[in-house]
Amino acid sequence: MSLQVVTANRLDDGLVVFLTSDGSWSENINDARTAEGKEAADALLAEASAPELDIVIVGPYLIDVEQQGSDLMPTKYREVLRTKGPSVREDLGYQAV
Amino acid sequence: MYRYDDFDRQLVHERTEQFREQVKRRLAGDITEEQFRPLRLMNGVYLQLHAYMLRVAVPYGTLRADQLRQLGMIARVYDKGYGHFTTRQNIQYNWPKLDEIPDALLDLAKVEMHAIQTSGNCIRNTTTDQYAGAAADEIEDPRPYCELIRQWSTFHPEFTYLPRKFKIAVTGSPNDRAAVKVHDIGLRMHQNDAGETGFEVIVGGGLGRTPFVGKTIRDFIGKNDLFSYLEAILRVYNRFGRRDNKYKARIKILVHEEGIDKIRELVEEEWSQIKDGSLRVDDAEIAHYIEQFAPPAFETLADDDADFERHKSENRRFANWVRSNVIEHKQPGYAIANVSLKPIGGIPGDATDTQMELVADLSEKYSFGDVRVTHEQNLVLPHVKKADLFALWTALDADNLGTANLGYVTDIISCPGLDYCALATARSIPLSQRISERFSDLDRQHDIGELKIKISGCINACGHHHVGHIGILGLDKRGKEFYQITLGGDASQDASIGKIAGAGFSEAEVVDAIESLVTKYIDIRDGGERFIDTYRRVGMDPFKEVLYGDR
Repeated sequence: MSLQVVTANRLDDGLVVFLTSDGSWSENINDARTAEGKEAADALLAEASAPELDIVIVGPYLIDVEQQGSDLMPTKYREVLRTKGPSVREDLGYQAV
Repeated sequence: MYRYDDFDRQLVHERTEQFREQVKRRLAGDITEEQFRPLRLMNGVYLQLHAYMLRVAVPYGTLRADQLRQLGMIARVYDKGYGHFTTRQNIQYNWPKLDEIPDALLDLAKVEMHAIQTSGNCIRNTTTDQYAGAAADEIEDPRPYCELIRQWSTFHPEFTYLPRKFKIAVTGSPNDRAAVKVHDIGLRMHQNDAGETGFEVIVGGGLGRTPFVGKTIRDFIGKNDLFSYLEAILRVYNRFGRRDNKYKARIKILVHEEGIDKIRELVEEEWSQIKDGSLRVDDAEIAHYIEQFAPPAFETLADDDADFERHKSENRRFANWVRSNVIEHKQPGYAIANVSLKPIGGIPGDATDTQMELVADLSEKYSFGDVRVTHEQNLVLPHVKKADLFALWTALDADNLGTANLGYVTDIISCPGLDYCALATARSIPLSQRISERFSDLDRQHDIGELKIKISGCINACGHHHVGHIGILGLDKRGKEFYQITLGGDASQDASIGKIAGAGFSEAEVVDAIESLVTKYIDIRDGGERFIDTYRRVGMDPFKEVLYGDR
């Protein structure tokens, strides 16, 4: 069964964030809480979609990830780009930090 | 150039303050994202892959020096030091923070700019020939009519919730540089048998997932009647355009499904009701707008300039730049200078804050403070003395803005693609960079001649791939980027939609595929033929063969 995490964009600055174990939002995908299986994923997304989070984040959704050593890596390239930044500007986005 | 009147100024300031309040309420949780989203879109604020994106309108692609300088300042203060010029002659910022956007909009308003109607199902920024008012081949400057369209369409109460977005383009020249045949409405200026200047009205063109070349709904409409006629078209579209399916909602689908004759009948009927009403614009009012775009104070000069000729003969790089990037001007002794935003291996359409400021300064020094944005994602200084071209190029070249490649294979249109865009299915920019690098040799570019490559990162076709001589469409195939090639597209007065060559290519294969097409063209072209001419003569088969062989 695939491993999933919830991602969204932060409301005030629009940056990519991931839902963590303590219910906060991190810019680092490795802080994300993972869900295995449909039931756990649905629960994770439900938590991220709580109305009170509407003033924290925008548009939460589930993405598939793989555990690669100690890192979580999205399986879709689109999401890899979101965790890093534009491939054509390696000086920008999280990859630049 | 057109200056805002008090009404324009008040309108923009009020809208900016409204948006500031809306952002405040959104951040405080007084309105939900669902409620806020349409409000932010109406102000040009999208949410993209990495961050918000702010799209700023550049009406008909015309900028004053102070405006371009301010765009540079905004790139530095509110973004990450750059902006991206788009195929609608607009500029996009990729990293603004929502809570700072109201301040950015206020700074834009200070130079009479805004982001209104750069999104949403309304009439978008009207585009036109980037050489308007300067081109030797133009009948008349199209911008007074563009400005009238802007005023008519801004906050038009009837057309704020159209079935879908609506794009208008105008050309004042028989050589169409504004792609008018692939717009919802294209206006081509020409003269009728009586010698009056008016417009051919073309409707139902468009790109996207269902591309069409527009059809002529009326061969000639006089200037006074243009606006009531546009209103009649929009009314027919607003009433009959499909709202049941987003992908069938553009006017091109209505024209396609109902037929141009039926649409013409409906429009003429509507027009007959309103043509003598308040939208009839009299000659005095048109003259007022023409006056706003009066030519600058050109000096009377000989067309030749000895120093200019000497620099060309002494400096090969300058001569190359003149050869591709300098276009004939209607005024003797002047020229149109194109500033390429396509350095070899660069990101098409991107300009840094300091580059924008430099071009603004140079426009003041050499081009009456007038700058244009092209739909092919370059900039133009429209009125430069030939005697100043060498100094201009030297200054541009020092900041990587002197690339001599206008219209060549490395002058590629590319959408932002998956590197930035939430809708994209594949990256476009890296591909344009690889192609640019592959064909970087200038002698080779000269040999190939005019070749328009256009790349889109999804079927929405923001990169105009359907009208590229070679078009490239990036798609997602089981999680991998792959690219479909189309051939034979053309955005000019001879507009045509490209045909798909066959199966797609992986990212690794596609640059070789493009090169094999170019090699084939060089092999089989007749003297003087451009790629598109050869394609039209020989058809798809010879090109298909080099791409696929026996596959």
